[in-house]
Amino acid sequence: MTAQLERLRQESARPRRFALRFPTFGLWRFPPVVAAAAIFLGLMVIAAVFADLIAPFSYEEQNLLGRLQPPFWLGGSGGYLFGADELGRDVFSRTLYAIRTSMAVALLGTIIGALFGTFLGFLAARFRGWVDDLVMLLVDWQAAMPFLVIALAVLAFFGNNLVLFIALMGIYGWEKYARVARGLVLSAQEQGYALAIRSLGAGGGRLYVKHILPNVLSPLIVLLTLNIPDTILMETTLSFLGFGIQPPRTSLGLMLGLGRDYLLNAWWIAVVPGTVIFLTTLSISLLGDWLIKEVPQMPAHESTQLPGESRESIGP
Amino acid sequence: MILGVNLGFIAAKVLRALLTVWLVLTFVFVVLRLSGDPATQLLPDDVDQATVDYYSKEWGLDRPLWEQYASYFEAAAEGSFGISFADRRPALEVIAERIPATLQLGLLSFAFAIVVGIPLGVVAALRHNTVFDRLAMSFAVLGYAMPYFFMGVLLILLFSLQLRWLPSSGSSTWWHLIMPVLTLGTTPAAMFARFTRSSVLEVLNKPFIRTARAKGALPWREIVFHALPNAAIPVVTVLGLRFGELIGGAVVTETVFAWPGMGRLLVGAVANRDLAVVQGIVVLIAISMVTVNLVIDLTYGWLDPRIRSARAEGAT
Repeated sequence: MTAQLERLRQESARPRRFALRFPTFGLWRFPPVVAAAAIFLGLMVIAAVFADLIAPFSYEEQNLLGRLQPPFWLGGSGGYLFGADELGRDVFSRTLYAIRTSMAVALLGTIIGALFGTFLGFLAARFRGWVDDLVMLLVDWQAAMPFLVIALAVLAFFGNNLVLFIALMGIYGWEKYARVARGLVLSAQEQGYALAIRSLGAGGGRLYVKHILPNVLSPLIVLLTLNIPDTILMETTLSFLGFGIQPPRTSLGLMLGLGRDYLLNAWWIAVVPGTVIFLTTLSISLLGDWLIKEVPQMPAHESTQLPGESRESIGP
Repeated sequence: MILGVNLGFIAAKVLRALLTVWLVLTFVFVVLRLSGDPATQLLPDDVDQATVDYYSKEWGLDRPLWEQYASYFEAAAEGSFGISFADRRPALEVIAERIPATLQLGLLSFAFAIVVGIPLGVVAALRHNTVFDRLAMSFAVLGYAMPYFFMGVLLILLFSLQLRWLPSSGSSTWWHLIMPVLTLGTTPAAMFARFTRSSVLEVLNKPFIRTARAKGALPWREIVFHALPNAAIPVVTVLGLRFGELIGGAVVTETVFAWPGMGRLLVGAVANRDLAVVQGIVVLIAISMVTVNLVIDLTYGWLDPRIRSARAEGAT
């Protein structure tokens, strides 16, 4: 009996294995690929936050004498690290500002979608009945249509503006949170602690916000991480096609889209922002794959993990 | 029950599919009206009021909203989505011309994805934890993170501009197909490789594989007749869930390579605000999405007799 108690005490004293650790300290604990991904993402965040301090030029500063100047390793002059574009603007500085725009839009969109979807998921699980049916109908509908096509249609009808564009990014992916949150809340409200809190006389709001929400938060945060690359890709795709961020603002997709016309003479205008997009989505998905394995509460049968996708290693 | 197929089940699925199409049609209608008066938006700014009135009448924009809604459905049922403003021909006619090119590109990319992705996944699973497995999964992770537009730009840069092997745009010869198919097919190939691998790995650990082996089944027999049919179900599910992404990818790929398909038409129509064509394409895509999902739902029963019998026991 005492031995058993002792073991229990030891087990509870052990740090929680699955707590979300953010890769600020102790990078050695991560697999090397994950660590590299985390470092790259850290650099992206620094680039986005301090773009105006790091950038040697303003993103709008034109220098017609320095037009299509190649990157320094190809003998370019004028201090352009990654060369200059068709108007003699520094590609490196523009990339930094583009990272800021793309990251801001993607984060804002993802957070709006997460809040909206989670809220609807909670409503569906709390009230069941027709509320549940309606939410799930919307979820099915959203999942059935390719979002790029919906976004293109909405932008065609309303014309382009930044607020609408961010709103669209917010709508993108909400159904995943709704579905996962609904599933998590449905099982959480059946558990002992929910019953105990309810018997103690806590009202619905208190139960759901103060008790169930913290308990289901970590899978939702993982889902949010997993969704960021999708949102980045959607933003860059729309901007690439010319329907997203508009000049004089700049975004990674827009730079790539405009740089496409100069591939023959100045490939760096398109390739630099493209590489940044690729490495960012790659890093986030590597990190996300790793998080899925580490967070056991992850609802395996819901949309984040598809049938047949086991927890077993995926990355290289 | 006819021929092992549960008719009640199919009826429910078809009803749901029709409901989705109805929702999409309503969505397009509402968005089209919310965005303002199509007559003033679609005509040049300097036309006089008489011309605006004339077109409002011709397009039925002067009638009450509910009447517009009714005639809109009537027209949609007949396949008439209005007149393309840019082309001055029925929108459906304009769209229909582009369907063969899109189908050609889509089907070939899909075939490429299956031919590359599935064997890669099977071999990776059979050679679990070897160098081959790791290489295949690295390809899967890289291919999945690579945006369609950047892949297209890189291929053009390498094969059209540097090596001058392949044409970068158009569709007149088979050579024109290579790069678009690679661009559109790589991401689904990566996806198939990944899901096939985890699906086969899961199946290989099941008791019936041990039984087959104990009965002296030859290794290839074991894989082809026992493992693959069982691994197919999750792969088919992924296929259905990601079909929408493939459509989005086709829009981007067709734009990058100037491929004369529906996707490029959609992008052009959005840029010109040719709303009749936009709504026609949105509705057609919705119908094809719903059809694909319906076919996949019905395929489950054929792939997995257990699902068939469960359905037979349910609502008949």
